[in-house]
Amino acid sequence: MTALVSYLIFKLGDEQFAIPVARVREVLDLTEITRVPTAPPYMRGVVNVRGSAIPVVDLRSKFGLPGTADTVNTRIVVLELELDGEPVVVGGLADSVHEVLELDPAQIVEPPRIAMRWRADMIDGLGKRGDQFLIVLDVGRVFASDATLLAGESN
Amino acid sequence: MLAASYLATFVHEVEDLLERIESTTLELEARPNDPELIHQLFRAFHTLKGSAGVAGVGTIASFTHHVETAMDKVRGGAIALSPGLVSAVLESKDHVAALLEEALGNAACDHARGDAIVATLVALTGETAAAKPAETKPAPLPQPEPASVFEVQYLVTFTVTGDLTELDIDAAAYEAELAVLGTCEVLAPLPAWRAFVTTTRGENAVRDAFLFVHNHGELTVEAGLCMFVDDPEPAPAPVPVVEAAAPAPAPVPAATVAAPAPAAAAAPAARRTADSTVRVSSERLDQLVKLIGELVITQSRLEAAHLQRGLPELAGPVEAMDRLIADLRDGVLGLRMVPIGTMFTRFHRLVRDLTGELAKDVELITEGDDTELDKSVIDQLGDALVHILRNSLDHGLETPDVREAAGKRRTGTLRLSAAHEGTHVVITIADDGRGIDTAAVRRKAEEKGLIAPGEILSEQEALGLIMRPGFSTAAAVTQLSGRGVGMDVVKKTVEGLRGSLSLTSTVGAGTTIRLKLPLTLAIIDGLLVEIRGDRFIVPMAAVTENLELSAAERRSNNGRNLVAVRGEMVPYIRLRELFGLGDTHDALEKIVVVTVDGQRVGLVVDRVIGNHQTVIQPLGRFYRGVDLFSGTTILGDGRVAMILDLAGTTRSVGSAAPGPHGAS
Repeated sequence: MTALVSYLIFKLGDEQFAIPVARVREVLDLTEITRVPTAPPYMRGVVNVRGSAIPVVDLRSKFGLPGTADTVNTRIVVLELELDGEPVVVGGLADSVHEVLELDPAQIVEPPRIAMRWRADMIDGLGKRGDQFLIVLDVGRVFASDATLLAGESN
Repeated sequence: MLAASYLATFVHEVEDLLERIESTTLELEARPNDPELIHQLFRAFHTLKGSAGVAGVGTIASFTHHVETAMDKVRGGAIALSPGLVSAVLESKDHVAALLEEALGNAACDHARGDAIVATLVALTGETAAAKPAETKPAPLPQPEPASVFEVQYLVTFTVTGDLTELDIDAAAYEAELAVLGTCEVLAPLPAWRAFVTTTRGENAVRDAFLFVHNHGELTVEAGLCMFVDDPEPAPAPVPVVEAAAPAPAPVPAATVAAPAPAAAAAPAARRTADSTVRVSSERLDQLVKLIGELVITQSRLEAAHLQRGLPELAGPVEAMDRLIADLRDGVLGLRMVPIGTMFTRFHRLVRDLTGELAKDVELITEGDDTELDKSVIDQLGDALVHILRNSLDHGLETPDVREAAGKRRTGTLRLSAAHEGTHVVITIADDGRGIDTAAVRRKAEEKGLIAPGEILSEQEALGLIMRPGFSTAAAVTQLSGRGVGMDVVKKTVEGLRGSLSLTSTVGAGTTIRLKLPLTLAIIDGLLVEIRGDRFIVPMAAVTENLELSAAERRSNNGRNLVAVRGEMVPYIRLRELFGLGDTHDALEKIVVVTVDGQRVGLVVDRVIGNHQTVIQPLGRFYRGVDLFSGTTILGDGRVAMILDLAGTTRSVGSAAPGPHGAS
């Protein structure tokens, strides 16, 4: 019996994604995001989180999904990552944030090699919540790379 | 050893004094006849002796006594301040530092060295009195001079047991009595009365003031800070301070005093020093900075709520809070900034010592001592600068004879300067030594296999080789540098601080090293501007003037982005377009004229809001590719503003706008 791991579940469109709770510092309501001109489109801007300017990544755009207008459900998921050995705090813009779910790591299956919509090297696997699939993200990989998550769009 | 509570205060005080002693001594070397400096030096040793006596560190007290005696003679004009004496004083300072380490139980101290210093002092000043320099053991403890007594600050608490209303206790009565003794600063009223009482009369006199009330409560008197005062009240005699820590008048053999002794007293943190500074740990400052950040955003939410609800009676307080919080934030952030001069002081000493060792004659000139840098940057930079200076002294600057033969002044010059340059601090270390022979550097690099033989390198690339790991040009490995720890470490340190390092050298004329460090936490003045609702900061140091750009003027140059600034055509950049925020423009726009690399450039903005003191936060890795901005800052209202990187901005326009030269 393996220990359960907690994941934060958020949604982009119809897809559900899971991030290990250990990487999540907090979830914020959408506040004013300051644009950074000339930055790549998936970089939405910076936001003031208690006196620190934190970069915000538009996850839709980063994952190669079509853009949509922000709603009252839009949230900023603040993550604490370690990229190339340095601690990094970054916010990710999600359509909505749902719950914290405990998953048995043994239940997370490797994604199928073919007919996969997402790039396999950026996800840890697929989990299940009821009869719905969860995409368990390898957040370190997702944010370390400039590429989008969609397969076939890596360039 | 020392009581923990008093220890920190004592150690800090000694460190402060030693630092002051060193800087004053070095200044004295330049101006040996300045009576004010001599007096300061005497005072510093005098205070040091007193504090050490009070703390029960007899080794420091008795050693310092000799130095003080010597300085007293200089002060009195009996003897002149010779270079030998200056050296002895500096060595004394080092020895006291070693004694302090020993008292703290960190490291043993070489007492023979102390004796040697005392012997030198005696030889130089003809001190005869009580001191028997050559003897190892008991130097008599300092006698406080007749004119000095101990003034002691006591923390006095008086807690009433029982019901205050039933007892007839009047604080005013004993407060008045305490005031007669010295000063009485009440911290808390009855029933738990607390006060600082400062007096020369001793603890019993303080207790006596409570004679009529002490049955009704509990009295505690804790001795804290002690100091010599020069012009005492006509007190009968020096008063022993705290029993345990009372080495003062009686001559006690140093050895016994050094051993277990001292103050049982918990010292109140309050200290009085010449410039009245307080030491605070940087963790506490960081905590404060964090809290301020949270306060700022809370305030902005409060303000937003106020705007919605609009209770008129809240308008005043909310506005006042806003202003206060902004001031508070600037103040707190400013606390981390220290002038770089604090670090330069120790380099004077370093250069002085090394030139002696190397038989060279070098003058160290420092400039921009008051340039402020974040304390943590200064701390981390210290070793790197020491290394660069050592390199210059060891490899760069020649001996006087060699210099003379080369037609140079016998005295070499080492110039250390700091200055703000836009959003950076630039530290320059320039010597007028022999320079770096790139041919020799190449040979060496080939030998070490760092480059392939015959590899084509530009002059700059060849110079860069000395910053490769494991490179050392010193033909002979000297004691000072060339031990394998080289410029590569320096480079790493500087890059670790997100700075850059550049090196220029002319054979025969000298080497200049420039360290460019970002003001990660530093506060700079900026001009707050608005473009399509977004706020941006233009570094104020570069701003020369603000102009208006009318539609007519815009058209008059046939679409070329040029504007007349007092008769001269200056190219301008439309930030709106550069930022991709559309190209519509108001009838009247503003141009902020800045100077970048010596060229004037106009920046077109929607609106100029005003001055803004700002703290730079790095943009971080996600915006690595963006070179228009050097960082971000949080505005008083909690919004984020981007700070323009002027060099990057003008570069990015490049060919799009007419070059500054094409403008004339």
